[in-house]
Amino acid sequence: MSGRPAETACRGPSGLVRLAPDAPDLAVAGVGKSFGTVRVLHDITFTAASGEFVTLLGPSGCGKTTLLRIIAGLERADEGEVTLCGRVITALPANQRPINTVFQNYALFPHLNVHENVAFGLRSRRFPCDQVDRRVGQALAMLQMEPLARRYPHQLSGGQKQRVALARALVNEPELLLLDEPMSALDAKLRAEVQLELRRLQRRLGKTFLLVTHDQDEAMTVSDRVIVMRDGAIEQTGTPAEVYERPVSRFVAEFLGSANLITAVRQNGCMQTAVGRLVPGRMPDWTQGTLAIRPERILVRRQRPAANAVAGQVREVVYRGDHVDLFVEPGPLRVRSAPTTDLHVGRHVWLELRPEHLVALRD
Amino acid sequence: MVARHEKAVRRGLLIWYGQLTTSRRLALRGAALAAVPGAWLLVFLIMPLTAMVAVAFAGRGSYGEVVWTLSTGNFRRLAGFGVLGWSADYLLILGRSCWVALVTTVLSLLLAYPLAFFIAARPRRTRYLWLAAVIIPFCTNLVVRTYAWMLLLSSQSPLARLAAAVGLTDPGSALYPSRAAVYVGMVGSFLPFAVLPLYTSVERLDWSVVEAAQDLYASRLRVFLQAILPQTLPGLTVALILTFIPAMGAFVVPDLLGGARYMLVGNLIQQQFGSSRDWPFGAAVSLGLMLLTLAGLFILRRRGTAGGAA
Amino acid sequence: MSARLPRWVTLSAAAALALLYVPMLAVAVVSVNASRHGFAWRGFTLAWYARLLGDRSVLEAAWNTVVLAAASTAVATVLGTALALGMSRYPWPRWLRGALDFTVYLPVVTPDIIFAAALVIAFSVLRAASGFFQMGMTTMIIAHITFQIAFVALVVQSRLATIGRAVEEAARDLYADTRTLLRRVLLPLLMPGIAAGAMLAFTLSLDDFVISFFTAGPESTTLPILIYASVRRGVTPEIHALSTLIFLATVLLVLGLERLTTLAKE
Repeated sequence: MSGRPAETACRGPSGLVRLAPDAPDLAVAGVGKSFGTVRVLHDITFTAASGEFVTLLGPSGCGKTTLLRIIAGLERADEGEVTLCGRVITALPANQRPINTVFQNYALFPHLNVHENVAFGLRSRRFPCDQVDRRVGQALAMLQMEPLARRYPHQLSGGQKQRVALARALVNEPELLLLDEPMSALDAKLRAEVQLELRRLQRRLGKTFLLVTHDQDEAMTVSDRVIVMRDGAIEQTGTPAEVYERPVSRFVAEFLGSANLITAVRQNGCMQTAVGRLVPGRMPDWTQGTLAIRPERILVRRQRPAANAVAGQVREVVYRGDHVDLFVEPGPLRVRSAPTTDLHVGRHVWLELRPEHLVALRD
Repeated sequence: MVARHEKAVRRGLLIWYGQLTTSRRLALRGAALAAVPGAWLLVFLIMPLTAMVAVAFAGRGSYGEVVWTLSTGNFRRLAGFGVLGWSADYLLILGRSCWVALVTTVLSLLLAYPLAFFIAARPRRTRYLWLAAVIIPFCTNLVVRTYAWMLLLSSQSPLARLAAAVGLTDPGSALYPSRAAVYVGMVGSFLPFAVLPLYTSVERLDWSVVEAAQDLYASRLRVFLQAILPQTLPGLTVALILTFIPAMGAFVVPDLLGGARYMLVGNLIQQQFGSSRDWPFGAAVSLGLMLLTLAGLFILRRRGTAGGAA
Repeated sequence: MSARLPRWVTLSAAAALALLYVPMLAVAVVSVNASRHGFAWRGFTLAWYARLLGDRSVLEAAWNTVVLAAASTAVATVLGTALALGMSRYPWPRWLRGALDFTVYLPVVTPDIIFAAALVIAFSVLRAASGFFQMGMTTMIIAHITFQIAFVALVVQSRLATIGRAVEEAARDLYADTRTLLRRVLLPLLMPGIAAGAMLAFTLSLDDFVISFFTAGPESTTLPILIYASVRRGVTPEIHALSTLIFLATVLLVLGLERLTTLAKE
């Protein structure tokens, strides 16, 4: 189970061969789904390149889990196509797709021990026994679960169960690994560690991972690319930096971290706002809309800055250990500042909203 | 989630429990599994009950055979309109059965609650022994248990001697057949049925709610009514059903411990299918019992959910 | 939960347990009493037990009871499990699901005696129509199977609900075909439920009196029917012995099953 460079051909149990050397591993085109009268997914289209770690991020009920299940073969799309390594798999049943899933509550087989759980996929495919044992051993070693091979799921902790679920999926060397909110059952401290481990694992294996989560920290930590979803549609896709620094809508701006949202009216080539005249990095098309800037990007100045200056008064100071949150009128604008600041309530300050960090939102 | 999947079953392909199949094939497979037991239940459960409804409207021939007519004669007879004018005999029996069933259920529940709590309070290791102690009478045949009461209430038993000494009864007389014996026998029979479901609820009790109530100055009774009782409602409902229904149709206990003078519905029905050979009337009485049972269940559940005391 | 029970709860529990056990213990005591009637102690004896074991009709009744329970349990377990699988693992339209649920709950909510009376009527109709269905072992077994199917189906259904959907989907995700899924996932996980259903069915059959009484024939007496008939004629010490034996058998059965389930869990 060594890492494979991304250019080798796709070979899975169904004998898929990459039709074009640079075809993306996964391509979802126009997928839609309704449950009864409720439309859960509208026209979803995206791709995942080989070896990429893609995250579907969104609040509960936005359809991300349904989308994952459609890709896994556990739900059927009403419209659209799913393509893997150039081959359309929409009509394939789940047990013929070279895709494996790590389920939200792990879905380990309670009557089988760890070794047998991990071996399940290989044995279903009728691999010879010695190969099965060898591969299972390798998978367990990779996830440091060897000493627990004979234990049963009810004897494992949450973190251990998650590793077994991962091993069980990865041992089959799938073309694509799907993860359905794998950290939600873990406690906060463990989550942070596991996120980093998951990222390192993916890098080492060089496989395409598709993760579903509502936790934006997780998305930022592990992903190469984030797809933000809302109400069954894709809001924005991009690298974590792109999505964080340059959100396209209020929803994305507020969903990832916090943001200052400033209503603006276009006037004579600049934006007129309640906090003053501002010039964003890129002028938008609209005449009325919202500008956004992250709290940590607002700079506190002693003197009036050259451009995008806001005169304000500190209304509230909240000490947070590694930083200080300032609430400054007018606005109120939320500013993140270094903890050694000598600012106190009532103090008049100058704020600089640099144009490259001031983003014009779509709505 | 299941309802959503069921809605997704249109003609054609669907994915059910991860399997790609057609709704047709699924239906065929499901039907194949459920067909034989379903047919069995149709022939030996639904059909007999329907036949009973039909027979209730039939008449009785002179040799005891069934004469297929359509008359409400049996029901009128049940309501008391006999050949010799109106008498409340049968209605009395029905009423008595309801009352006995009600009292039995209430008494059983009153005894079952403390016992359930007692078992739940035992250390985990020995708990199964106490549960076994309740399950053993539950599994012992009803006739054997009722017979044991006959022995215990017979004229030479210590209990009878005690009652005579205290002056409750005449010396040398047995404590059965009598009304009291029936009640005792009934409660003794149905107590395990009440304890087991109640115990499953009590075991899962969230004590933090009880502690919260105590923290908020509630009296003992209030703590029970507001913090404990509502949590045990699911188990209580099952206990109610498992006690009330058999009690309504009880036959063995009133027969052995109550004697000819203390007839309940069960005895009446058995008589029609035994010595009296009046199946249509028996069927009518059975239907009456069924209706009463359902009505009684309904009322008791309503009362229970409204938060009244057991 | 700490053992801080109020006094009256413990006393009440003791009273309840006494109510359950004193009668049976009294019977046990009297069954080894050498006196024929009454409680006066005349010495320890096992004579009544010996008499019992030599009594043809008792042995026959015991045999009938066991055969009835075993045969009906075997058939009912298979049919009940099939019914549970057919009912809950397929997307039936709501009306059909409702009808099936209602049918399965019917034996649970119907008093025994109504069901027994209905069966008597039904068997006579079937007898007139076909010439079979004479009252005897066959009709008793059929009657027992009928109510046992419902209980087995309910127990297995609840086990299926506990197993849930995710495990089956995981198996499919791991390339299992239907045969593998059944053999290596569903049936092993379902076994405890099936076993519990079978044990319940067996117990209900042994415990039953009313239904057996109504559907029995002249040649097919079971132990409860035998005791009932005897008791109506008059109490005899052999009946004390028989009752005690039945009670002891029940104790062994319950404790034995208890042991089996705890062993199975480890």
